[in-house]
Amino acid sequence: MPIAGGTDLLVDWHHRLGAEEKTLLDLSRLAPQRSLEWTRDSLTLGALTTYWDVIVNRQARKEFPLLESAARQVGAIQIQSRGTWAGNIGNASPAADGVCVLMAYDATVLLASVDGDEEVPLSDYYLGYKRSRRRPEQLIRSIRIPRRRTTAQVFEKVGARRAQAITKVGLAICRSEAGWRVVAHSVAPTVRRCPSLEALLEAGAQISSPADLLPAIRQDVAPIDDLRSTAVYRETVLSRLFHSAVADRGIGRRDEP
Amino acid sequence: MNGSTGERKTISFTLNGESVSMEVTARERLLDLLRYRLGLPGTKEGCGEGECGACTVLWNGLPVDSCLVPAFQAEGRTIETIESVDPAALGPFHEGGATQCGACTPGVVITARWILDNPGLLKTHTVRELMAGNLCRCTGYDGIIESIEAALDTQGGN
Repeated sequence: MPIAGGTDLLVDWHHRLGAEEKTLLDLSRLAPQRSLEWTRDSLTLGALTTYWDVIVNRQARKEFPLLESAARQVGAIQIQSRGTWAGNIGNASPAADGVCVLMAYDATVLLASVDGDEEVPLSDYYLGYKRSRRRPEQLIRSIRIPRRRTTAQVFEKVGARRAQAITKVGLAICRSEAGWRVVAHSVAPTVRRCPSLEALLEAGAQISSPADLLPAIRQDVAPIDDLRSTAVYRETVLSRLFHSAVADRGIGRRDEP
Repeated sequence: MNGSTGERKTISFTLNGESVSMEVTARERLLDLLRYRLGLPGTKEGCGEGECGACTVLWNGLPVDSCLVPAFQAEGRTIETIESVDPAALGPFHEGGATQCGACTPGVVITARWILDNPGLLKTHTVRELMAGNLCRCTGYDGIIESIEAALDTQGGN
């Protein structure tokens, strides 16, 4: 099992290591992998790039504000300094804040193995709860994010408190020349795009109340009751987060520049 | 490294300014290494799952939860614990009501020291946000925040 920052793996460390034979592959010494590389068309995050690496990068803050927003909310400095974007993808939690904003920016995941590299869109990466297209022999080498002109972007996270809390309901919205992207997390077995909500935005539909959104939300996500929240709370809050972003803040208006 | 067969590995790192070399197993946490094998019990275990920040240490200059760090990753790293802090530097904490039962205090002081050593952080962050990873159930936080702000003022005036 590959290990980088360890902020997920060590949470239940004693149970995990005692229960089964596991060989740990320590990636933390691959210093060149802790990078932000800019080309004309994209930003590439290395396999070991941490949340803090992005927070302190002025260019990343300016061009990809949702990355900064998610990084500052995923946990406090103690998590930001160790947790990696690639680890957030690899852990495959449906509550992954980093995955939500990367997906809203149409990020792709570069998987490497002795058989060569494979690039997978993050929106196609997950197969189900904690399951992904990554084969056991593959490692996440990097994450590529296209540079686009964005005209609207929002990230909202609701947890038990503002810091160090795992998300109960989360939402990212991004509009660029590629169109609208709506991504929700903690409301389905995986972080996922919401095509019905995206279609409402593309159509410039009038949304008069959060309740109007529930049919689209029920097509796009499948929240459950678990230790952190309930299905009803999750779909209600998601409808209000979306309504607040789109109606109150006006990001979906057609006359917007 | 293999987690279950007890395979050992010798690592070297810098701890509170001194070189340390020792054998570790794959399953040891940095927190246990510090407290039980290196005799530095100032770093506390609160939740043991990266929530409370009582076990905060500086890892190459950045705060980390030592309960979430596997000991073998310390190879070549620089680690500073509460034992490296000069007690005389704690004046503002005593004066500002920043400590009561003391369980959170070592972690709080380590994060505070990181802020005091890097005041440029305040261009983009508030003290309250930077301290958000250190839970305190006694003080209600205001004393902690105000004490750090007072220490920053004193430092800025020097």
